[in-house]
Amino acid sequence: MAVMAQTPVEQESELLITGSEAMAIACKLADVDVVTAFPIRPYDTVMQFMSQLIADGKMDCEFIPADGEHSQFEIVKHASTCGARVFVGSSGVGWMYAMEALTVTPALRVPMVAIVGNRALDDPGAFGTEHNDALSVRDLGWHLVWVDSAQEAFDTNLIAYRFAEDKRIMTPVAISLDGAFLTHSQALVKIPTQAQVDKFLPRYDRGNLLFHPDNPISIAPQCNEDWVMEIRLQQYGVTQRSKDVLREVYAEYDSVFGRNYGPNPFFEEYMTEDADVVLLGMGTLSMPVKVAVRKMRAQGKKVGFVRLRWFRPFPGEELAQCLSQFKAVGVIDRDYSLGSPYLSGVVATEVRTALYPGNGPKPPVLGFICGLGGREVYEADIEKMTAACFEAAAGKPQPLTQWIGVRE
Amino acid sequence: MGQLFAVEISYRGVFQKNLAKNICRGIVLAAHNEGRPGISFGRYSDSPERNGIPAKSFAIVASDDETLEIGMAQYMPKQVDLTVVLDDTLCKGLEPWAWAGLEPVNHTLKPGKTLIVVSTEPAATLLKMIHKKDAPYKLGILKGLASFSGMWNYKDDHTDMRVLGAIAKALPEMFKFESLEKYITEKLKAPAKVQSALMAYQRLAVTDVKAGEGNQEKPYSFVQPGASQMREGVSIEAAPLGGPYNSAGGYKSGRPDKLMKFSSRTLRPVVDFSVCTKCTLCWLQCQDGSFDVTPDGYYDANMKYCMGCGVCEAVCPVPNCITMVSELAFTDNANQWEAYTKDKAAYKAWLKTKIQNVPARAHGYRYRGQYKEEIPAALEIANKA
Repeated sequence: MAVMAQTPVEQESELLITGSEAMAIACKLADVDVVTAFPIRPYDTVMQFMSQLIADGKMDCEFIPADGEHSQFEIVKHASTCGARVFVGSSGVGWMYAMEALTVTPALRVPMVAIVGNRALDDPGAFGTEHNDALSVRDLGWHLVWVDSAQEAFDTNLIAYRFAEDKRIMTPVAISLDGAFLTHSQALVKIPTQAQVDKFLPRYDRGNLLFHPDNPISIAPQCNEDWVMEIRLQQYGVTQRSKDVLREVYAEYDSVFGRNYGPNPFFEEYMTEDADVVLLGMGTLSMPVKVAVRKMRAQGKKVGFVRLRWFRPFPGEELAQCLSQFKAVGVIDRDYSLGSPYLSGVVATEVRTALYPGNGPKPPVLGFICGLGGREVYEADIEKMTAACFEAAAGKPQPLTQWIGVRE
Repeated sequence: MGQLFAVEISYRGVFQKNLAKNICRGIVLAAHNEGRPGISFGRYSDSPERNGIPAKSFAIVASDDETLEIGMAQYMPKQVDLTVVLDDTLCKGLEPWAWAGLEPVNHTLKPGKTLIVVSTEPAATLLKMIHKKDAPYKLGILKGLASFSGMWNYKDDHTDMRVLGAIAKALPEMFKFESLEKYITEKLKAPAKVQSALMAYQRLAVTDVKAGEGNQEKPYSFVQPGASQMREGVSIEAAPLGGPYNSAGGYKSGRPDKLMKFSSRTLRPVVDFSVCTKCTLCWLQCQDGSFDVTPDGYYDANMKYCMGCGVCEAVCPVPNCITMVSELAFTDNANQWEAYTKDKAAYKAWLKTKIQNVPARAHGYRYRGQYKEEIPAALEIANKA
């Protein structure tokens, strides 16, 4: 494809590419050693672009088509223990099929970058965005991040390698790209030079965890119950450190590439300064919400938006501090958590948990389930959710969970 | 709010995917030369694409980033400033595989804007197929055949450049020809393509279409049910059982009433019942069960369900019994057997005109060397334009 012919090496450039192509080019610049692939939409577009880069001789990398997602994730896990920088990904039920491999990866302290092209879980077989696939590993030690543009996808890929391979972390990162909105639309993306990337991203070094004859170790021996809690505590230690390391990596990214992701990298605040109520959500939801917020602002409604970028580590303290300033918070979940407290979505439940411990004010948190299976979130939907938040702010009790934009 | 432009490209799935994509890229990058940001994307529900299924690609261009976000916030544009149809048989409407219903090809076009069709047909023929619209608009015809340009095994015939040239003419507010020229020379580094674009820019023929002009048929549609009206457990009822064709007998298959196919096909079978030996092969081999058994034992292709695959023609052992004919030759979906029964001589005459005097089969090549053979004819079309 013509795009790839323009793939830059020497100078910074701007290309019209999809989020998936941005990911593939980032992997090329990160000099990824091993990629495993198994087709499932919408993730498979990354796989296609990467195999093309390799076939065109622009990328030196082992490209291994696996017999299924379970093998796909097992192969990169093993390759990473041997010191290879690896890339992998899937979508929807493909991600779920890899679940056993996904659970063991963080415990073994295997850094990798995976892309989840968010897709509704079957049945029904549908391809649209829903966040339940990536969220299914939220308790297992995976770091989870959602991006909302092709540029952010590119940047986050490099950031994720640097973060995942940091000696204090050494665990995997999954980058979520909303199917369709990011994986399949082309936008202009700034691509840095190889020299810049090399400056930012050091070689992957496993140190004494390297599986190699020169460093004779055994990984994952069978052990009994006497050992399990200590192993889990080590993983817990990673989660205690991860926010600080992320802050460092983002600051470093800014200094090398000149792109700043705000005062904290965990979430983006939009028109929140003097807001009475805010909406909160993840991924490309930001696009319609920002447009609607601007429109409502023009009508004099003091509403803002918080886009949660990192779901793991969850920025509990930071979010609590931010959200306690407002009179009401509306959380838009592009996911469901059936049978959860107040029958809300995953993010609403986590936000309520984050707000509970502090001594600060506790605004009502309304949960909205919206945009499942890639359904469009309309301006009118967002205005409806905002109106409910203003009612709650005025002291009128509102349902804790509402389904928006559904045919009843 | 600044200016926002949306362009919709309707095309045949898989075969014209790269062509549509290349046009959208060209739009964004030509407009970028005038400092306008833009994005391009395909309609997600079309993918994974099926061969020949109507599909859509979009380009959105804005005067500034904030305005662009208004366009990006939509799953797909609800109203467009320009529509391009890359295959004229799509003028009958679009039925994506994941969208149950027939959408007129000018459905999203804003009043007064231009619908560009790549075709060798005159406006009058196209307007017999294009559904009427409440508002006036313009119909621009870019002379050419349904191209597969951009497909890996197909020659680059510059259709993308010609369409871009026509767009520069029809919607200069989005980008001027000079910006397109800059894109072609600097990014594609292909000066010969500038000439193709320029010729299309100069030669685009535009006709004014009045409100209410066009195909008067009401496009097939239905209302999607709510959760409380749907069956539980992701289940649907089976299609009803088949039954007699009419009171005289025969057999009509049971078929789902919400999965009709009108515009998925580019060709349709016409049957010469007078030579049919009633061997049953077309009926058995049809993958969509679209043949009905008539009371007198013939097999009649039901045009509500035929996908136009041509299997019936391929398996029919009788020469000239079943012939696949371009959809351009038809303005309705009338039942052939009923016409035959009513007046055999008239049907025979109708059949003759359909088979002899219709546009050649477009849409792809069936044997090695066919492309080369067709170059003189294509050149003639281009020179005449």
